[in-house]
Amino acid sequence: MTDYKKNEINIFNKACLCRAFEKKVYKAVKNKEITIPVYLSAGQEYIASTIATYLDFKKQNEKQIFIQHRGHSTYLAFGGKLELLIYELLGSTKGCANGMGGSASIQGKDINLFGHDGLMGSQGPIATGACFGNKIFTLCFAGDAAAEEDYFLASIGWAVTKSLPIWFIVEDNNLSILTEKKFRRNWEMNNVAKGFGMQSFNVDDDPKALWETLERASLNQPALFNINTKRLFWHAGAGIDNEKEFDRHAIYIDKYKNSKKQELADQMIEEIWEKCSKNL
Amino acid sequence: MQQKSLRQTIKEIVYDHLKTNNGIAMGQCLSAVGWVGGTLPELYEEDGMIELSMADVAGGGFAVGSALAGKRPIYIIRYQGFNWFNAPIIINYAAKSKEIWGIPCPIFVRSIAMEGGIGPVAGSSHHSIYYRMPGIKIFSPMTPNEYSTVYKEFMAKEEVFYISEHRKSFDNQENFENIINEKADFTIFAISITRFSAIKAHEALSKLGYVINLIHLWRLKPLILNEEELTSLKNSKYGGLVLDDDYVDGIAKAIAYELMCNTKNNVSVLGLKNKTAGFDKKVDNLPPSSEEIKKEILRIINLNKG
Repeated sequence: MTDYKKNEINIFNKACLCRAFEKKVYKAVKNKEITIPVYLSAGQEYIASTIATYLDFKKQNEKQIFIQHRGHSTYLAFGGKLELLIYELLGSTKGCANGMGGSASIQGKDINLFGHDGLMGSQGPIATGACFGNKIFTLCFAGDAAAEEDYFLASIGWAVTKSLPIWFIVEDNNLSILTEKKFRRNWEMNNVAKGFGMQSFNVDDDPKALWETLERASLNQPALFNINTKRLFWHAGAGIDNEKEFDRHAIYIDKYKNSKKQELADQMIEEIWEKCSKNL
Repeated sequence: MQQKSLRQTIKEIVYDHLKTNNGIAMGQCLSAVGWVGGTLPELYEEDGMIELSMADVAGGGFAVGSALAGKRPIYIIRYQGFNWFNAPIIINYAAKSKEIWGIPCPIFVRSIAMEGGIGPVAGSSHHSIYYRMPGIKIFSPMTPNEYSTVYKEFMAKEEVFYISEHRKSFDNQENFENIINEKADFTIFAISITRFSAIKAHEALSKLGYVINLIHLWRLKPLILNEEELTSLKNSKYGGLVLDDDYVDGIAKAIAYELMCNTKNNVSVLGLKNKTAGFDKKVDNLPPSSEEIKKEILRIINLNKG
């Protein structure tokens, strides 16, 4: 059995948790329980779920993670506390960012996950600077739009110049709000990174393909992964741009339908959410 | 014994920061000719003197990340005008990090002004860029003692300190005292390099028989003034004047407003003229000279005399 095969169920479990959470947030926005802007990551959850599982498997326990605004799945996949995220979205000072961060600026202190300030792509130089400062293995997540920021590109250059142990994870959903990549640029991030001399990869968010790609990269050297994915919901808020959008999770739900993992995750989220909302 | 210059003071502070306090210094072209006006010790990356790429916005972010990693970076910006690119991530992340996430992100931003034949961006102080944002402290030390004090404060705190320096002060060895009279005609509040011109203007006006107070402002945000300093303005017959090396639509006017609210006395401002600096002397934009300060104060006094 391959390493991936041994771990696929773990990836699926994380994805179920992420999906259950985003479905619940979607409902909470619709019924106005949540009134702040939310950036849902449903559809993209296999990226963080696969990488988190891979790093656990590789026993890469010491790490620091820098995320961006669409980060609920990253937070959950890497083990962020569910209750703290719920409190944060409900505007409580008990939240993971003291009620100040909302959906876009969540953090996970216990998992060394740093919040984002809202300036698109600022996590690129910040993550690079942190990695330079302490040489701890660093993950820097960005969308395909944030990665276009000039200072994000400069970060890739400096990370390679200093041979830092940092992985840039570009969650490429092809959209900046609703503007497709083809209208914004005629180049690809992995080629840019390659031009800087960085090991770089272009891969779909299929967990098997992604796992095999991760295996090709060194944990001690900078790398960039441009990972093609699909965003199921609106850029911000609860809505659907395209009813026929491809949903990778549906494939694995079907594959593991006897496990009832998604139903169990849905139920668990409902129970914890209710408990939190009564305890604000 | 000869007093150390400000240049030597800064150089020794940077040396200790790297060699004793486990900190780093970061910036562009640090080891180039002159080592930033002779304010840096000749140290290299292995010592913690980090040469950055020429990517200004990213450079600010690298400093922020290093601060999160506990390195307490001294981030060196060779010309204050470059803050238009260097400031965004420092202001929006480092200065807010403690408030939003409870994670301190202390950075000592050394931002250096100069002017005279240096054109539309590099010239003058630009501390007003930072002034309007929360979570940042701003100082403009012009003397060895002030600089040592502010560095010690930085090491004892977990905040972003913006240090508005001026190259023309680097040779200064003196430590300035306020000049406060019981009953004055006028009070000058001087910031950055204007403090040197203000001293000369004070001398010139005193020779003309005027009683002038001179307050040296170097703790700009939060603005810290003691009762004696405020009383000196309250008791000034013709009000006061804030002098700055930046455009007046920023720190100068904000401080003048605070002073007026606190004393009910009139306070004017004098700083850079509202125009772009060119390179030639004929089109340059310099901070107020001692003569300009003297003229402005006499104009205000004569206006109020009616």
